[in-house]
Amino acid sequence: MSLHFELVTPARLVRSEEVHMVVVPGTDGEFGVLEGHAPFMSTVKDGTIKVYKSAGSAPEEITVQGGFAEVGAKGLTVLAEHVEG
Amino acid sequence: MASLKELKGRINSVKSTQKITKAKQMVAAAKLRKAQAAAEAARPYASRLAEVMGSLAAKVAGQDNGPLLMRGTGSDQRHLLVVVNTDKGLCGGLNSNLVKEAKLQARALEAAGKTVTFYLVGKKGRAPIRRDYPNGIAAGYDTSLVRTPGFDEAAAIAHDLIAMFEAGKFDVAHLIAPEFKNALTQLPVTTQIIPVPAPTNTVAIDAVVEYEPGEEEILEELLPRYVTTQLFGALLEREASEQGASMTAMDNATRNAGELINKLTIQYNRSRQAAITTELIEIIAGAEAL
Repeated sequence: MSLHFELVTPARLVRSEEVHMVVVPGTDGEFGVLEGHAPFMSTVKDGTIKVYKSAGSAPEEITVQGGFAEVGAKGLTVLAEHVEG
Repeated sequence: MASLKELKGRINSVKSTQKITKAKQMVAAAKLRKAQAAAEAARPYASRLAEVMGSLAAKVAGQDNGPLLMRGTGSDQRHLLVVVNTDKGLCGGLNSNLVKEAKLQARALEAAGKTVTFYLVGKKGRAPIRRDYPNGIAAGYDTSLVRTPGFDEAAAIAHDLIAMFEAGKFDVAHLIAPEFKNALTQLPVTTQIIPVPAPTNTVAIDAVVEYEPGEEEILEELLPRYVTTQLFGALLEREASEQGASMTAMDNATRNAGELINKLTIQYNRSRQAAITTELIEIIAGAEAL
């Protein structure tokens, strides 16, 4: 029971891994994505993505700037312009 | 017949040229590997973006009130050619091929009664294009200030282009950039970037996708990014092409220099021998005369 999470910038593929949950800062508000989420697409504002490796674990934070999040059958893909760290 | 000293000087000068071309070849080979890796790393983003574009464009297609970048200005009278050249030379026929392609496109468009202007990226295209189209260069972007042009530069160029488009300076923009096939072949390729052509391979998504904020808002934000990504791809291809072409050209130059050195050395030895022979004959003739 895991979500496939990919974080891509123009320069490289930053992340591609199986995680429990990801919280994405959407333009219209933050949203969390778990496995089996309905197809969804949103723009992303500058902020931090929180990655929960497993249920109840401390989130790992990734700062991103501008981009898109797409939830499909394959999982969650975040296309970000810049990623820090 | 050149004197021995002159020949020796030639040989030495060709040898130092060979050293330079050899060094440049090795540098290009090392840089090529890096450039190729960078081009490879950029592929996932580009393909993802194209996928998202495809699914969105299919939804919005057919509506008259689509974003300006997608539906265009409604005419195709004024064309802008964005020509991506390198900043440095020593890379064989790469730049002249690009300029040739640009001029070919320009002539074809002019024959069809359109007006053509140029937007130049990179230094090496400026002079040859200005020669044929002294007033045709609308603007340019200098990439020679940074060592490896990256996404920021691509974003700046895209911003420029979109601003020009929104100001009504042109109707259609084409991108002319090298496509890196391998170290031996780089082909200039022309693609339309503005208005953004509707993707042909639209993937129909069966599931109902929810959009936030809305499809059109997302598309509006996505289109400039798509243009940027295309330019970024062109810059990366240019980098790889430049290094590839440079490597090949310098390899040839090194080999030619080697051949020239051999030829000159043979000539040098022959003249040296001839000089010794004449000297001997003179000595013998002198001795016999006594």
